[in-house]
Amino acid sequence: MSERLHPVFRALALPGILALVAFTLVPVVTGGLYAFTDWRGLGDFNWIGLDNFREIFDDPTTRGALWHTLVFGFALVVITNLVGLGLALGLNRTLKTRNLLRAVFFLPVILSPLAVSYLWKYILDPQGLANQFLGEIGLESWQRAWLGDPNWALLAVLLVLVWQQSGLTMVIYLAGLQTIPDDLLEASEVDGASTWMRLRRITLPMLRPAFIIASTLTLIFGLRVFDQILALTDGGPVGATETLATQVWKQSFANGRFGYGAALSILLTLMIGAFALLQLTLLRRREHDA
Amino acid sequence: MTLFRYTRWSLARELAFIAGALVFCIPLYLLAVISLKGPNEALVSPLSLPSDPEFDNYSLAAESQPVGMLSAMVNSAIITFATVALLIVFGSLCAYAIARHRSRLSTALYYLFVIGIILPHQAAILPLFSALHDLGLTGSHIGVILVYFGFMMPLTVFLYAGFMRGVPREYEEAAEVDGASPMRMYWRVVFPLVRPVTWTVAILTGLFVWNDLFVSLVFLSGTQDATLPVALYSFAEVSLGQWQLVFAAVGIAILPALLFYLAAQRRIVAGFAGGIKG
Repeated sequence: MSERLHPVFRALALPGILALVAFTLVPVVTGGLYAFTDWRGLGDFNWIGLDNFREIFDDPTTRGALWHTLVFGFALVVITNLVGLGLALGLNRTLKTRNLLRAVFFLPVILSPLAVSYLWKYILDPQGLANQFLGEIGLESWQRAWLGDPNWALLAVLLVLVWQQSGLTMVIYLAGLQTIPDDLLEASEVDGASTWMRLRRITLPMLRPAFIIASTLTLIFGLRVFDQILALTDGGPVGATETLATQVWKQSFANGRFGYGAALSILLTLMIGAFALLQLTLLRRREHDA
Repeated sequence: MTLFRYTRWSLARELAFIAGALVFCIPLYLLAVISLKGPNEALVSPLSLPSDPEFDNYSLAAESQPVGMLSAMVNSAIITFATVALLIVFGSLCAYAIARHRSRLSTALYYLFVIGIILPHQAAILPLFSALHDLGLTGSHIGVILVYFGFMMPLTVFLYAGFMRGVPREYEEAAEVDGASPMRMYWRVVFPLVRPVTWTVAILTGLFVWNDLFVSLVFLSGTQDATLPVALYSFAEVSLGQWQLVFAAVGIAILPALLFYLAAQRRIVAGFAGGIKG
């Protein structure tokens, strides 16, 4: 079979392969090596073994960043899947305005995460819309600096992420719902199954592939979150919203510690790789079941 | 057309969803009104319509330093179009070879591309920055176009290869029998057949590059070649608290994507759905 491919196509495949090798594979591996050095981006460096990693786990800021990265990943999966599924089930049929509503809920997905973060930064500002609203309805005691309060900043950033990403999970679940044959639902209705029973026994099990895709995507978005934090809190207050991605940026380019930044990005890579592997096994198991 | 009549329950559901959508749109409504207000009005009555529209906010934002939002928009357009065009040409060709050349090597390459999709860009950026710095390519369009081309290639090849495997060879064989040259056969027969993926690739990679902050921040911040997100970031940092100016800059930054969405909403959603299936 292979000789049927004209040699010219082998040659033309090279730019794509070169792009993969030169811009992803080689840099990730060399970056991995820098993690064991004190390289500052220019000039010579020393091999320092695991010192960078030791420092990451000793420093409360980077330890916090590790933890927040995981929190963002998992919280985003849980919340955007629940919201997206709810939107998809509600907007799947019957509503007259469903097409318009779907378009509205999907819109933020395509907008610049940085740009929409500034809109929310105003809403969540101490003098912003959220606090003005709470004042209007007599809940002054609930007013706070949402992004400036270490107990609330993480949740506030999460709210912005959920607002922007739920439309994506909605579209994935809507696509999943279309694969469920109508007659299956109708037959069960004739058999006297309640709405809840149909949801639990037919709809949700058949949405499993959609769930795996939606949760993988949102998990990776959550683990990589960067733009929103830079705009909303810059990692503050007192490191309460620092993540691995923001720390890689600050340590490498603000502090010039490329070796240390490389060690942080290795941890991010390992985290994402581990979850991707988990997802792959789940997918495999599904194919076995089918 | 079936005759549709509301029951009490379905009417309540419809109204609840519409109310939810209105609340959902508050940030965008604020963008429209606050970006046209004077500084005082922006703070005191955020939700009201602007009493006397201040278009100056937009011209101030457009002239932001060191690069104006409008020149940044041109930079973003150049970088995005160049990257997407290169990805479509070389990504589809690469995927074609992988899809049609059944061997262990091509299978291995395919899996390397899949791995490339999930590797975080943070892990590759430092060595790339230092290498491109040595080549004198930081702070220029060419450098970032190359980096985006490299970062988006795995997804592009993955999407094309998956689709091409499902395209029967008969069309290509017929073209060969007719004596078409390999290149003519590819651009006249194969490429039109995979057009749905080309749309998906263009939409997914185009939006990624257009909206990306990280790579541009590393390579272009402080230069005349900076993209929209970088220009917005620097402008917002110096305009802290002047929400009417920040919002005008946000308005300029998201207007192209907003218009694109209004013009091609179905195609965009289909593009996302196509990418997800792959």
